[in-house]
Amino acid sequence: MAVTETTGTFMGTSVRRKEDAGLLRGRTTFVDNLTLPATVFMAVVRSPYPHARITSVNLDAVRAAEGVVAAFSGADLAQDWTGGLPCAWPVTEDIKMPTHYPLAVDEARFQGDGVAVVVAESRALAKDAAELVEVDYEPLGSTADVEKALEDGAPLVHDDLGTNECYVWKLDSGDVQAAIDAADVVVTRRYFQPRLIPNAIEPRGVLAQVGPTDEVTLWSATQVPHILRFALQLVIGIPESKIRVIAPDVGGGFGSKLNVYAEEALAVTLARRLGRPVKWTEERTENYQATIHGRDVVHELTFAATSDGTITAVKSIAKCAMGAYLQLVTPGIPLLGAWIYSGPYDIPNYSVTFTGVFTHTTPTDAYRGAGRPEATYVIERTMDALARELGVDPIELRRKNFVKEFPHTMASGLTIDAGDYDACLERLLELLDVDAIKADQASRRAGGDAKQIGVGFSTYNEMCGLAPSRILGAIRYAVGGWDAATIRFQPLGSVQVVTGTSPHGQSHETTWAQIVADQLGVSVDEVEVLHGDTAVSQQGMDTYGSRSLTVGGIALYHASQKIVGKARAIVAHQLEVSEDDLEFENGAFAVKGSPDRSMDIKAAAFQAHAAHNLPDGMEPGLEETAVFDPPNFSWPSGAHAAVVEVDTETGDTRLVRYVAVDDVGTPVNPQIIDGQVHGGITQGIAAALYEEGAYDEEGNLLTTTMTTYLVPSAAELPSYETDRIETVADNPLGVKGVGETGTIAAAPAVVNAIVDALSHLGVTDVPIPATPERVWRAIEEVRS
Amino acid sequence: MRHVALMANGVRHELEVEPRELLVYVLRERLGLTGTNVGCDTSSCGACTVLVNGEAVKSCTMLGVQADGTEITTIEGLATNGELHAVQQAFHDHHALQCGYCTPGMVLAAVSLIDSGAATDEAAIREGLEGNLCRCTGYHNIVAAVADVAGVA
Amino acid sequence: MIPAAFDYEVAESTDHAIALLGAREDAKLLAGGHSLLPAMKLRLSRPACLIDVGRITDLSYVLEEADSIAIGALTRHKDVTAAALLREHCPIVSHAAGQVGDPQVRHRGTIGGSLAHGDPASDLPAVILALHGELVARGPAGDRAIPAREFFTGVFQTALAPEEVLVEIRVPKLGPSTGWSYTKMSRRAQDWATVAVAAVVERSNGSIERASVALANMGATPIQATATEKAIAEGGSIDDASALAAEGTEPPSDHAASADFRAHLARVLTKRALEEAATR
Repeated sequence: MAVTETTGTFMGTSVRRKEDAGLLRGRTTFVDNLTLPATVFMAVVRSPYPHARITSVNLDAVRAAEGVVAAFSGADLAQDWTGGLPCAWPVTEDIKMPTHYPLAVDEARFQGDGVAVVVAESRALAKDAAELVEVDYEPLGSTADVEKALEDGAPLVHDDLGTNECYVWKLDSGDVQAAIDAADVVVTRRYFQPRLIPNAIEPRGVLAQVGPTDEVTLWSATQVPHILRFALQLVIGIPESKIRVIAPDVGGGFGSKLNVYAEEALAVTLARRLGRPVKWTEERTENYQATIHGRDVVHELTFAATSDGTITAVKSIAKCAMGAYLQLVTPGIPLLGAWIYSGPYDIPNYSVTFTGVFTHTTPTDAYRGAGRPEATYVIERTMDALARELGVDPIELRRKNFVKEFPHTMASGLTIDAGDYDACLERLLELLDVDAIKADQASRRAGGDAKQIGVGFSTYNEMCGLAPSRILGAIRYAVGGWDAATIRFQPLGSVQVVTGTSPHGQSHETTWAQIVADQLGVSVDEVEVLHGDTAVSQQGMDTYGSRSLTVGGIALYHASQKIVGKARAIVAHQLEVSEDDLEFENGAFAVKGSPDRSMDIKAAAFQAHAAHNLPDGMEPGLEETAVFDPPNFSWPSGAHAAVVEVDTETGDTRLVRYVAVDDVGTPVNPQIIDGQVHGGITQGIAAALYEEGAYDEEGNLLTTTMTTYLVPSAAELPSYETDRIETVADNPLGVKGVGETGTIAAAPAVVNAIVDALSHLGVTDVPIPATPERVWRAIEEVRS
Repeated sequence: MRHVALMANGVRHELEVEPRELLVYVLRERLGLTGTNVGCDTSSCGACTVLVNGEAVKSCTMLGVQADGTEITTIEGLATNGELHAVQQAFHDHHALQCGYCTPGMVLAAVSLIDSGAATDEAAIREGLEGNLCRCTGYHNIVAAVADVAGVA
Repeated sequence: MIPAAFDYEVAESTDHAIALLGAREDAKLLAGGHSLLPAMKLRLSRPACLIDVGRITDLSYVLEEADSIAIGALTRHKDVTAAALLREHCPIVSHAAGQVGDPQVRHRGTIGGSLAHGDPASDLPAVILALHGELVARGPAGDRAIPAREFFTGVFQTALAPEEVLVEIRVPKLGPSTGWSYTKMSRRAQDWATVAVAAVVERSNGSIERASVALANMGATPIQATATEKAIAEGGSIDDASALAAEGTEPPSDHAASADFRAHLARVLTKRALEEAATR
């Protein structure tokens, strides 16, 4: 790998990634690559029914089978659990919280719910053995439909709760009804955003080892080793102090590995019972049932506006599928969008209502964007609907309603620190050349071409960087939103950074080194970033919700300041000057006005370790920790546009161009930002055009493999055109989150483009994903 | 069990395998070549792509016994004398990987595509990578990296 | 991801394969494995024995005969795609072989394996049907040529007897007055066709005199659009003839499309295929 400059400013430069050295050579530590002596392999037997009473589990045949070490039913393991799998976000006081043991005991409540587990000497034998488990099921009524589940007489997911309604949560500000009554124009639109399956290309995997006095080491393909550590204590009763969780190389997460899963607890409890390491690797088909899904929300969104296009109120009513159980943050996902239903617009009256609903389906939870794509989709689709209603250009409508001045306190109550929504849109329009697209559109329409073209917009803002702990407490999230960083100079001048964030593709080994190198005046190659092992990184809140940079990255800044402060004290002491007389630049302290009297920070580090001549009372060593709790969320924003070509005879829709201008604050590494934007956009496009986790009405998953759940390949997508506007966020580095922006923005831009392409025919909506058949039916409907 | 002799990254191996052992598991679990990853069970994702006699093959869709007598290149064998293959280097330069899980398969599919002469323009590169799924990069930088090596940038 | 256990035999020759088929219960032939192994990994297919024909060396060829091209059953898709004889005399076959799966599939998968699998959504069965090709089966009693229209008998079912091996596919050389098109719609590039249309037409004075049209994924087998063919033969326009493309079909409904939509696509794609074939 290329060696980078040893001096200079790394922030804002596209330093090539440190992570690549191993990943490009196949020298990786993904969990399935790891084995320990005497490891045995676990397979989970899963319910083929969406809802069934388990009348018996017969393990006789499996226990006698070749290579089988052990087999257990849910009832067999019931006494092992000190608690169910945790849900950390009880969003209301009266939320219904079902118990969720790692294996179902008497009832299976979704297709894929674990009912038994087998352990064998090899992966293949475990799979063979799982087929020998005889489970007698009595199928029960079930539903996968979020609205039908609320109807009287609907089959209940949890009989003891007496309802499928998990919670109702509201946020109101101003007087929405009065604004609607007074409005010149009111538009209400209904949208269904189907299930999305996250599809990290690495399936989940665990390897658990438990020592003779319950010392647990758990390797897991997780985004959240720290959260997993304390959750395991809750489920298996072993104190956190004995638990070490290691997230080695992790192959993507997108929220799906932001969780505490049955298999993690099962592997630990079986390793404890059997005295042997237990390994489990998820198969893709299993992943589609046993790993959380995203979305599955029905919205009704209303905008009220004056005839000049000023939006006066927004009202959102949403029914949100929880699935059969509450996973780690299932109920809170809608809330992550709850404050931004005004989008980047200044809308004074505001009302949001979420109803959480149990259905006989795989639990939902965080999937890239989590709550904000849901909100942004309905806002941006309805902005276009309102523009049509008013007969104005959708660009003009957006411009007219943009928040113009910052900081801006929204009707929902939170304050956006910085942004320039007009600048993003103006730059987008420069790149796009709308006139040329519209001319092409006009000529195709005039010619009656089968293939029509359309352009669609999405201007968005989002809240990420989770999160101020006090606010999290106020909205009943069980834990804090801070993060931790430790910086340690080794005696000879190299630097270790220990971060509480847990990257799985986000490039923290590179970008954290950039931040620290600049603060300390050393090279990025001298900074080693350690993460993902709770024995090394003792405290942290992990990686999700575009939080790592704006929380963990700022913690790095503060730890760096402490390091520089202590080094300054050492240098001042040894040069016999006051600390105020020292300037620190490019890694060296120099006496003001006497640049020849200086000491660099590495020398100070050596002095700190030698401890021969430190100020009285100073502890030896040069290591500092900072724990940072952010005072606000992070507020990225941007303007995106999609250009699509729609074959009006077949409904086949191809993305022709995608242009994105984002404001993610001061950039740390532009190339890595672009990569995050590209990937995020792609998941939004996929939601618009390709992906849907489909159930039949009873809750049988129809899209069970990658041949029917359509993750797009390179062949379906164009290259993207991206640019940035930089407004400086209110934090010491000026940075904002970036990981979810593209996913939040992209889906409505694509669907707005399809509607634009077909608007001359009278089409105003196409359900997502906009499959050829759905597009064709939308055209047929308006024709007939 | 069947006797299988194959060359993997220039090293000759002779081993007894069960007929049902997929090549990817022979590589990963018998030969310790864990650089090749498994991402699906339907031959869809391409994460397990290796070169068999120089051509990209999904090693989850080939039995170990079928590999008897073949020469296999996995990601571990692509660099020479520590020097990255041009495709690996281009992936690094263009930031064509994030989590890195699809990368071994993607790189080897790209090597095969370029060697076949089919990487003639962006559209051909995109079509040529249709059998490899990446969830992180949106393919933009992967396509740029492959185009760079193929000289069609 | 791990198939159920099975026995494995290597066939040294076609005759050896035939003998093994006769000797082993519940045996299946393994060629490229790209149809069979995915089903076995999901344990949807659990043959007791696989007979690996992949090492038979004399069934991979493309040869010119008097008025046809003979393709060995074990010829891989990539070799079919590249075959100069096919590109010259029957380009629809090389074109369609280049549409199968993805490059990795085409490196391993064989034309014979694809046809013998009998998947009505596959590319090559419809093409061979439209060409009125012949499939040569070899069994204990020797060779027999099966017309394509008799070969495909149901979903994943063919006219091959239990002890027969598909050894060769014969397709006609297309003359200068013959046009062709393989028009396919799929959700993603790597997916099976939602619907595909293979059309082979005889042109005269700029119009189509006769057309052979076969549809993929419009029923239990690849199926000929006989109403369309008849309309063309009787001098009907492309528009009128393609409107009949779905007659007599029983298309499936699945994640990719409903039966209704497939019928619609069959009409649209048939029209496009005939128009393309008229000029190519």
